[in-house]
Amino acid sequence: MDMGFLGLAAEDWRALAFSAGVSAVGVVGSLPFGLLLGWLLARRTFPGKTLLETLLNLPLVLPPVVTGYLLLVLLGRRGWLGAWLFDAFGMEVAFTWMAAALAGAVMGFPLLVRAVRVAFQGVDPRFAQAARSLGAGPLDAFLTVSLPLARHGVIAGVVLAFARGLGEFGATLLFAGSQPGRRTLAVQLYILHEQPGDAYEQRLWRLVTAAIVLSCVALAASEYLERRGARRDSA
Amino acid sequence: MIRLEFACSLRYSSGFTLDAAFTTRTSVTVLSGASGSGKTTILSVLAGLRRPDRGRIRLDSTTLFDSDVGINLPPEARRIGYVFQDYLLFPHLNVRRNLLYGWHRRSADARPPSLERVVEVLELGDLLDRLPHALSGGQRQRVALGRALLCGPRLLLLDEPLASVDELLRERVLGYIEQVLHEWDIPTLYVTHNAGEAERLARQVVRVEVGRVISIEPPIPGSDPGIKA
Repeated sequence: MDMGFLGLAAEDWRALAFSAGVSAVGVVGSLPFGLLLGWLLARRTFPGKTLLETLLNLPLVLPPVVTGYLLLVLLGRRGWLGAWLFDAFGMEVAFTWMAAALAGAVMGFPLLVRAVRVAFQGVDPRFAQAARSLGAGPLDAFLTVSLPLARHGVIAGVVLAFARGLGEFGATLLFAGSQPGRRTLAVQLYILHEQPGDAYEQRLWRLVTAAIVLSCVALAASEYLERRGARRDSA
Repeated sequence: MIRLEFACSLRYSSGFTLDAAFTTRTSVTVLSGASGSGKTTILSVLAGLRRPDRGRIRLDSTTLFDSDVGINLPPEARRIGYVFQDYLLFPHLNVRRNLLYGWHRRSADARPPSLERVVEVLELGDLLDRLPHALSGGQRQRVALGRALLCGPRLLLLDEPLASVDELLRERVLGYIEQVLHEWDIPTLYVTHNAGEAERLARQVVRVEVGRVISIEPPIPGSDPGIKA
């Protein structure tokens, strides 16, 4: 057996890197929407707010396979949106890395929005009012006062959503498939588990260890960012 | 001298109704009344942070709010420096960046006092690199006052500046405020329920009770005192 970097088989290493990459892209891409929705839910009352909250939390309670199927119905080559994307731009989403990123982002989105919302609820809205009275427009006040004051919760939400995306299995399998090289960590683990023999067992354990290490690194990074922020606040 | 016309009504869901009108032309107007009488609400409405149901606010020739013609200038366009009762210094910014927040965003024609002079008058020199939570109540007060001055305001709102200051420091803080009013001569609305402060600072006293203006002393000679029936 050819063992690559960190004792992981090249294919397993690729799965790990692919998962980390698509999950990061998914979180970064969904962050602006997460900030907007989290802020709206924390600060505003509007008709349909409860409905919006319910829809946002759906991916938490739906079987992930259902979420993946719905994404496929929406964005598959013959899907409502997918057919249009293909005709207009020749763009295919399903069964590409974008599908993996999107599946992870959708699954992590409720966690992101919830963390952002709680973070904004913990910031006195009068700070933003003070900023406005000093001459800042609404977006300016948001970016220079409300967001920095909510950053700990926002960072926690980003890490949580990233971790959720990293482990995503059901929705990813349906929507992004399982081609070699474009296989996520969880899918690769499942495939290794299904193979008979000690060699696969060994690869499985190495990959499991790597997954644990990666998760710990993500948590440590968020802890570090938070501490650095706290130190700056009290310096 | 600036002329401020205020006539607004606002009904809270709690049932409290503000229906206040006054006109003032003096450098320092004290807004006095018991707590809960609506003084702070008047300041919020003036600053554009709370929208009244009906009414009109004019500052010289600028209409800040007029429900009849649908004018409602956003707070950032009003150029009103608001010193909140609890200061609301930005906790993530040091004193220098708090002071400069409004200064960086002031309008081109504003002629605010310079940072150096504000720091000198309010004795903030040793505090510039500190964060708000490392300041005493009196120091926070001065930073909040300096921050409001540096945004180049046409009108200054001071909400009970002495309320959360230690008894022993009140005289000193009042001294700073007097010096600021003397040096920059920015028209000021000063909220207090303390008769002594009112007497010492005010050219004019507007008394508020349960959301209504009950007296304006002394009345502006030759002008409608502004109380509407």
